[in-house]
Amino acid sequence: MAVNNIWVFAQINNGAPTSGTLELLTKARSLGATVSAFMAGDGAAAAAALGSYGATKVYATGDLAGKLPGVAVASAMKAVIDGGDVPDLVLFPQNYEGRDVVSRLSVKLDRTVLTNNVDVEINGDLVSVTTPIFGGNTLVSTTFTGTGPHLAVFRPKSFAAEASGGGAASVAAAPVPDLGATGGATMTASHVEESTGPKLDEADIVVSGGRGLGEAGNYSLVESLAKQLKGAAGASRAIVDAGWVPYSMQVGQTGKVVKPNVYLAVGISGSTQHMVGMKGSKHIIAINKDKEAPIFGIADLGIVGDALKVLPKLIEALQGR
Amino acid sequence: MNVIVCVKQIPDPALPGALDPATNTLKRDGKLILDESDSYGVEMALQLVDAAGGGEVSLVSMAPNGEVSGMRTALAMGAARGVLVSDPALQGSDALTTAKVLAAAVRRLGGADLVIAATESSDGYTGTVPEQMAELLGLPSVTFAKKVAVEGTSVKVQRQTEEGYDEVTCTLPALLSVTAGVVEPRYPSFKGIMAAKSKPIDEVKAADLGISPVGWAGAGQQIASVTQAEARAAGEIIEDDGEGFTKIVAYLENLKVI
Repeated sequence: MAVNNIWVFAQINNGAPTSGTLELLTKARSLGATVSAFMAGDGAAAAAALGSYGATKVYATGDLAGKLPGVAVASAMKAVIDGGDVPDLVLFPQNYEGRDVVSRLSVKLDRTVLTNNVDVEINGDLVSVTTPIFGGNTLVSTTFTGTGPHLAVFRPKSFAAEASGGGAASVAAAPVPDLGATGGATMTASHVEESTGPKLDEADIVVSGGRGLGEAGNYSLVESLAKQLKGAAGASRAIVDAGWVPYSMQVGQTGKVVKPNVYLAVGISGSTQHMVGMKGSKHIIAINKDKEAPIFGIADLGIVGDALKVLPKLIEALQGR
Repeated sequence: MNVIVCVKQIPDPALPGALDPATNTLKRDGKLILDESDSYGVEMALQLVDAAGGGEVSLVSMAPNGEVSGMRTALAMGAARGVLVSDPALQGSDALTTAKVLAAAVRRLGGADLVIAATESSDGYTGTVPEQMAELLGLPSVTFAKKVAVEGTSVKVQRQTEEGYDEVTCTLPALLSVTAGVVEPRYPSFKGIMAAKSKPIDEVKAADLGISPVGWAGAGQQIASVTQAEARAAGEIIEDDGEGFTKIVAYLENLKVI
């Protein structure tokens, strides 16, 4: 069984495929298989965009009418598979919806699922994925055993997105079957927590704060610096858990993965959980009181000192530039 | 209102992790503690039962050895009892097998109005087990819940999204995964710690639950290799003498970002 048929769980936001979707389509195309996208919503509207990154077919569920995508999309996928189109490999983005769909599908197909991956490789019939552990200093390569469909989940920015110039994908309806009791969850409203400035996972410069800031009120220093540098402000899990800033600002394994040109870690010690979310940054500057802090192990420039003393001077020095 | 909380006992995350060279699995042979991520689910469950005015909180957990100290912490917080699936055969189990084992443990307790789990564990962080359990138990689910209120026969949830949150209504029984930081986990009282010692933990093997194969045999995956990632070149680390900020300014100037 060579790997001929690859599916990508595609996500559409404000009418366009997400960057993660385009990354996975690009990678799937490079593996030499036929690529199909599988999405919730209206396939016709997305067919051209998905096709231009290599999908030749789009399975679309149609409007989910408020149902959460996890069980709905997984059930629709299972129905297509039962109907005879059996993928060898399905790629998912590591995010809320991606994890929900892949988890439901893994039970429906009784297949294992490998998450947190940054790469995938095919050798004949064998599919292997690469997962960084211990904050990214160790790479584990894991091979799927048994028959497909193999289910693999990838962190954002694992692959570069490149258009293929392909024509619009053909659209096939993949309606959601009756979900029974499992369909009991319905979304009634959606709220966006507005933030100004560039988006955290797209900004060229990111300034993140952690426990070393001492108290919630001092986080404004991080915001000021981020604003001065025309960057985005981020946070460690510790201060998100402590309620200083909302979860949407968290950088790390459970939060956002960022790869800016410059990353400033302020009062962050550098837990495994944080480092996997920012280690890919091009340049890393760290300010921390503890010179043994793990963050200094990956910093290009490290200032051993009190963030509350360094930041005000830095902000002042940058003023008017 | 009965709630079952999935709890994991993990190696202390403050200590550096290591792989067992023989199996390439995470070393879990030292003392295990309650995963902090799970303390939020335990607290939320206790609050929901309290608000409902009756019922109890039970725990399910899985461990390759008979370790119970993490479960005792959750019992000391106020949970009534637990099922521990403790079996050396479970070593090497993948997330799907783990979900099958925990779902069977939930059934052994007779089910519940709500099953609560953390979004992911702090040591393995696969992040699929809660939703897999929901599918195995035939339950609706809401993952990444940050605020939860039970209203009659349904539960209202604020669900974390990339850019904010969604309001979701879900019929009961259901499964929720809760994010960290949503409630303030209570510290066990002395009385609670003493009481926890005599609370029942039902210790069973995977075979007692009718789950097989488990461990390596049941996992649809095989570790092919473990390598060290390319290390970043060592940077310049300086002690702040009051002028450390000038180094940052110079560095940023050099990159032409200011």
